Amino acid sequence: MNIQADYNFAYLDEQTKRMIRRAILKAIAIPGYQVPFSSREMPMPYGWGTGGVQVTASIIGPDDVLKVIDQGADDTTNAVSIRAFFAKVARVQTTTHTGEATIIQTRHRIPEEQLREGQTLVYQVPIPEPLRFLEPRETETRKMHALEEYGLMHVKLYEDIATHGHIATTYAYPVKVEGRYVMDPSPTPKFDNPKMHMSEALQLFGAGREKRIYAIPPFTDVVSLDFDDHPFEVQKFDKPCAICGAEAVYLDEVILDDRGKRMFVCSDTDNCESRQAAGHRGELSGMEAAQ
Amino acid sequence: MSDQPLLSVNDVSKFYGSRVGCRDVSFDLYPGEVLAVVGESGSGKTTLLNCISTRLEPTNGSVTYRMRDETTRDLYQMSEAERRFLMRTDWGFVHQNPADGLRMAVSAGANVGERLMAVGDRHYGNIRETAIDWLGRVEINEDRVDDQPRAFSGGMRQRLQIARNLVTGPRLIFMDEPTGGLDVSVQARLLDLIRGLVSDLGLAAIVVTHDLAVARLLSHRMIVMKDGHVIESGLTDRVLDDPHQPYTQLLVSSILQV
Repeated sequence: MNIQADYNFAYLDEQTKRMIRRAILKAIAIPGYQVPFSSREMPMPYGWGTGGVQVTASIIGPDDVLKVIDQGADDTTNAVSIRAFFAKVARVQTTTHTGEATIIQTRHRIPEEQLREGQTLVYQVPIPEPLRFLEPRETETRKMHALEEYGLMHVKLYEDIATHGHIATTYAYPVKVEGRYVMDPSPTPKFDNPKMHMSEALQLFGAGREKRIYAIPPFTDVVSLDFDDHPFEVQKFDKPCAICGAEAVYLDEVILDDRGKRMFVCSDTDNCESRQAAGHRGELSGMEAAQ
Repeated sequence: MSDQPLLSVNDVSKFYGSRVGCRDVSFDLYPGEVLAVVGESGSGKTTLLNCISTRLEPTNGSVTYRMRDETTRDLYQMSEAERRFLMRTDWGFVHQNPADGLRMAVSAGANVGERLMAVGDRHYGNIRETAIDWLGRVEINEDRVDDQPRAFSGGMRQRLQIARNLVTGPRLIFMDEPTGGLDVSVQARLLDLIRGLVSDLGLAAIVVTHDLAVARLLSHRMIVMKDGHVIESGLTDRVLDDPHQPYTQLLVSSILQV
């Protein structure tokens, strides 16, 4: 007996998918606007990507190729289990290569390889409301979005500069989409913010617990908020990736021993592996082989 | 003073179901004029203030305001966006409890700067400079600019709230019991400060208070309310020195003489 016959294609029932697709269409029509949707219980806890999974389940078709990343990596728990989930309930082909994927579900990174037309990036979002920590009332934040009252967002950046001397927000850095809605790009590092601007790929954001979907259609203006005298900047790293030698990519710090030895490696594992396969080497790349 | 009123209140009534909040209140407020609304608690002072300041829609009546471009607009015919814009640029609202009017979790500088950022100022250095200037004008030391209001005393919080409201150069300020809950020496300094600012900046103000001494010190004119009605109005000195209505006489005679 085939136990998978018990599940509808991609887990969700067709009515639910239709409801979510409507929300997605509305979100694409109003870039950056948070569309409420009736988020379903998923077979995973909130905070593990229930919003992203529902968006992916609603847009995936039998011919799609799925890639899932968690903090840039294809081989971490969240990424492996969501990939396995869709391989089981939708029997789609999965991949770890950015270039081969048609849908990429991501937790907190945008792949280093430039996305192209036809690809869709699905973000898992914990808290969709950028104004939440300054204004706890949902009725009030909705009104602020409706009336385009975004002074408060700069209050947060002001506080950063007053406290730290520079804008210390490094992730979930607020952006203005198509000159209208201020949006939280989910907790991606601000390093990735410029990649959202005029992206060829469709970007969808799903927040399961908060029951919101929002989107950035391809070729949309995405501007990171800043001050005239404290312009937006991305993180810079002193060294290239220790394994593949890549520069101008986002790096993770890895502690090597208890005597303070550390290395910086690519957060995007697929990008790192592709570069190694192409013969690029970093300063510690021989180490593993030696051990 | 101009001969055109800044704000006109016409027959404003507010009913809470069958109960009366305030009834048939009318008055004009001229630029630079300070009006005190006095009465015992429950007399409808705060309801009236909220109706005028667009925080509470009246059941009947209208409130018109002369905008900066000299056009007179009915506040409740304006869009909500326009009303809120007015509220944070041309108006100020000083709450009795500073925690209601301040953001307690952000620094004093950001509290003062918020209105500037809300109207589009995007230069950190300028915003901070203006904030420090305003803190100085309300007698808060420059080195407190990065402290949160929760680290401030009650009197300082109230002064910070005033700075936050005045930074955009409003023409009209609403104050709801601005000295409530402060001890007398702090009250005296705050009143002195408010009086100085109001006369320097030519502000019009509506001050709600149950404290006749505050009304005497700050206001040019006053209205006395009881059970939602205005029972007496006139120049402050006239009302306090020669009260006509029995209730006003009672109110004036019950001031504690020390």
